[in-house]
Amino acid sequence: MPKDSGIGASSKRREDVRFLTGAGNYTDDINVYGQAHVYFLRSDIAHGRITKVDTSAAEGMPGVVKVFTGKDFEGVGGMPCGWEVTDKHGAPMQEPPHPILAQGKVRHVGDPIAAVVADSLEQARDAAEAIDLDIEELPAVMNMKAAAQDGATLVHDDLKNNICYDWQLGETDDAKVNEVFANAAHVTTLDLVNNRLVANPMEPRVAVGEYARATEDYTLYTTSQNPHVIRLLMCAFVLGLPEHKVRVVAPDVGGGFGTKIFHYAEEAFCTFAAKACNRPVKWTSSRSEAFMSDAHGRDHVSKIELALDADNNFVGLRTNTYANLGAYLSTFSSSVPTWLHGTLMAGNYKTPVIQVNVKAMFTNTVPVDAYRGAGRPEATYQLERVVDKAARELGVDPIALRRQNFVTQFPYDTPVALTYDTGDYNGTMDKLEAAADLTGFAARRSASEANGKLRGLGINCYIEACGIAPSNIVGMLGARAGLYDAATVRVNATGSISVMVGAHSHGQGHETAFPQVVADMIGIDESMVEIVHGDTSKIPFGMGTYGSRSLAVCGSAMVKATEKVIDKAKKIAAHLLEASEADIELKDGQFSVAGTDKSVAWGDVTLTAYVPHNYPLEVEPGLEETAFYDPANFTFPAGAYACEVEVDPETGQVSIEAFTAADDFGNIVNPMIVDGQVHGGIGQGIGQALLENCAYDENGQLLSASFMDYAMPRADDVPFYGVDHSSQTPCTHNPLGVKGCGEAGAIGSPPAVVNAVLDALNSGGKAVDHIDMPVSPSRVWAAMNG
Amino acid sequence: MYNFEFEKPSTIADAVAALGSEDAQALGGGQTLIPTLKQRLAAPSSLVSLSSIAEMQGVCVEDDGSVAIGGATTHAAVAADAAGSYPALAALAGQIGDPAVRNRGTIGGSIANNDPAACYPAGALGSGATIVTNTRQIAADDFFQGMFTTALDEGEIITSVRFPVPQAASYQKFLQPASRFALVGVYLARFADGVRVAVTGASEDGVFRWSEAEQALSKEFREDALMDLNINPANMIADLHGSKNYRAHLVKVMTKRAVQATI
Repeated sequence: MPKDSGIGASSKRREDVRFLTGAGNYTDDINVYGQAHVYFLRSDIAHGRITKVDTSAAEGMPGVVKVFTGKDFEGVGGMPCGWEVTDKHGAPMQEPPHPILAQGKVRHVGDPIAAVVADSLEQARDAAEAIDLDIEELPAVMNMKAAAQDGATLVHDDLKNNICYDWQLGETDDAKVNEVFANAAHVTTLDLVNNRLVANPMEPRVAVGEYARATEDYTLYTTSQNPHVIRLLMCAFVLGLPEHKVRVVAPDVGGGFGTKIFHYAEEAFCTFAAKACNRPVKWTSSRSEAFMSDAHGRDHVSKIELALDADNNFVGLRTNTYANLGAYLSTFSSSVPTWLHGTLMAGNYKTPVIQVNVKAMFTNTVPVDAYRGAGRPEATYQLERVVDKAARELGVDPIALRRQNFVTQFPYDTPVALTYDTGDYNGTMDKLEAAADLTGFAARRSASEANGKLRGLGINCYIEACGIAPSNIVGMLGARAGLYDAATVRVNATGSISVMVGAHSHGQGHETAFPQVVADMIGIDESMVEIVHGDTSKIPFGMGTYGSRSLAVCGSAMVKATEKVIDKAKKIAAHLLEASEADIELKDGQFSVAGTDKSVAWGDVTLTAYVPHNYPLEVEPGLEETAFYDPANFTFPAGAYACEVEVDPETGQVSIEAFTAADDFGNIVNPMIVDGQVHGGIGQGIGQALLENCAYDENGQLLSASFMDYAMPRADDVPFYGVDHSSQTPCTHNPLGVKGCGEAGAIGSPPAVVNAVLDALNSGGKAVDHIDMPVSPSRVWAAMNG
Repeated sequence: MYNFEFEKPSTIADAVAALGSEDAQALGGGQTLIPTLKQRLAAPSSLVSLSSIAEMQGVCVEDDGSVAIGGATTHAAVAADAAGSYPALAALAGQIGDPAVRNRGTIGGSIANNDPAACYPAGALGSGATIVTNTRQIAADDFFQGMFTTALDEGEIITSVRFPVPQAASYQKFLQPASRFALVGVYLARFADGVRVAVTGASEDGVFRWSEAEQALSKEFREDALMDLNINPANMIADLHGSKNYRAHLVKVMTKRAVQATI
């Protein structure tokens, strides 16, 4: 029986009422008395030396408050990178400065050169056009392999080359890896591109900076997934402000997908300028600006080789990847192609020898950082494509080949630094085979063929590492932050509860799911519990929401804090019931003495905590507890996906006819929300696989700079999904046994789509073994006719 | 956008007068012009809205059986009101953009803009329509003169477009995946005296007639008549969404599908 409240219930998302009725309060809805507006003058060339920025004419324009250039920020820090990667020779990564406004050079189209603050945005824009600018154009560094060569034009003149780091994970002995491949019965090799994406959340980024002269307090309202991280980075590394004098608020945020994790120059600018101008300063990104200033995602070029023995066991895996970091290091960019990517190359398989090589490159493009899945989609795509290609080359069933090589014993130490705590890959595959009705595929293919279409079936597996991770481990790996989270459970006198959480909900449904957990633990109605998030002045120091971590990490902190609350409440109840604390039981919101009919209600206990007349003297009044939770390990959601496509052989058009996801997320708090997260993730994965392509020309001009050329997935591009979450191996090391579900769909779906298209083409006699994403009609047609 | 004056005349004569001032710009539904202004890529001194001119609104059937559509008629109005009199054209209008675009964008605006991937130029050229302006009547064959280029003079207004109604017609549009303009669109119209085939989205010269296909289909109206014909890819558009060869191939496929749809 499905539950109707608490853990396991598909409680309706309470926040949707305000979102769907236009009552949300987004950052752009915030207008502060006296605010001025900033317009950023951005470079329209990819790479050049700034030889003149004359703002004198602009400063005299109507409404102009102040014009800023790079010179105004020479005394403050640049945008920091939160993860120091050590290269394979033991050297730290090359870490060039990232100024708030360009100093000396521009390094990508969209790089901000000057900022005009004026009474209105139009006046600021008028004045920006009056800035006299000379830029000596330099050759744009665009091709990663060429950029890695000696003598290549340098993106950063002070670095020794364009390689941020040359990193390796897994087997360090090249000779051993070579030997595995030399002795293999079969080797499958694949060159592939993981296409650059633009996240494009529905809400573009916004920042409003405010400074109170009387108290010297700053407030920054911003579209962020993690306000405390923004405050820490901005105070400690960029502007040098005392943290206690700065409040960062991330109110309703209209989608993040990773791109709103990072600390951006515009946030620091608005905070800085609010004091410099003695006026609040607001910036609202246009969609065009978002394309050239939001961190992009993916952009890997890889070669992957899989070695198999005569029995089709995987015996070795080697990858060589060029990862594009863009012109500057965005906040967590360095971790994505390394610790979030290389560590996942084992996938669901017990391959004994794995070597991952990654060269991370600076180019004259927008910085690249985490985007839904962050490194794990790139790993999964490579691995699941090469496994599929191997199955085709060997003439074996792709599911059987996968099953044969699955990890089946847990815990499992991979050759690439992770320990999978639990999983049941065969069980999950069983669920997929049933849910996707794979036995009926042959009949569906015949029906498609009768209509002149080619039908293909694509299968893949994925594993991801979420709930990142023990702070002591990530610290050794180079993280410059802890990765715990925190929650404060504040019980009010009348028994209602506010939970202040470090996680931030920007579409995920925390406002519904988190209260389900607390209400379930106490046995009260969900409506008595509300979470507070997104305001550093209200919440404990938590790390925010990304990497499918919120419930696994912050939710665990919330459970711990709620346990503390219950323990204390039991002491009060014991006093009221004149019983021993050890005999007190809490069920359905009633404290009772075991084996008696004596009980006291939750609300009577909470009232007593705040009106402590009849109260245990040794217990402090009040009922409020905080817990910080640092996970013992990652969590490892895993799954198996099936995609069925039809290909129009005349045009190359691909249509997705069916998509089925079988995921193992461990325990599930709200099945409806989890389904929705998977739906959204698959939609974005299908977008990457079929449609989305952030493309530059050789001069560094962004070709897909608007929705006219950047194809977002629309409702009619995707099918109704089948999802099955009944395969559940609970996480072994967090109190809820949850694993995280936010990114799975985006990780698992691209290879399923591409595998399906290739299966369709091969079924039609076209021996095509790879097409790079997006698998657009023109690319499919070219592959069929090439 | 930059500041501009705004005028909303209620007669064609007043609109023509208003467009006589320097750097004045006619505004139809604004589906191209307004985004252009927002990006500060144009700076007209005044915008003259044509949307309140009653005599430029609506769809009617003329005495000779042709369908006349007022220049300021929205795509949504054409999709609804021409469905009985010229169904293929109504279907074309119903596939333009999205509902917001269709309820603002106008036939006159689309044809005057002559975007190389727009749908209406193919419908007008394929139908052999007559573009009626405040001063003259221009055959579609003379009107469309290349990407974003038409026979219109400065300040000249498309007051209506007159479509002869073919025995059968079909518009086959292959979507550019991002903009959902036509990557290639083929409008085929079969008249008693022959077949017209107009192609949008494909050529660097804008909308064009595929005369070899017209001749072949006029002789023998069946799919196989196209078998040995091919479009020269040299003048085709190449971009992120398709190569020259792909577009040339699609012209043929879409033409075949238009034949299938009208046979």
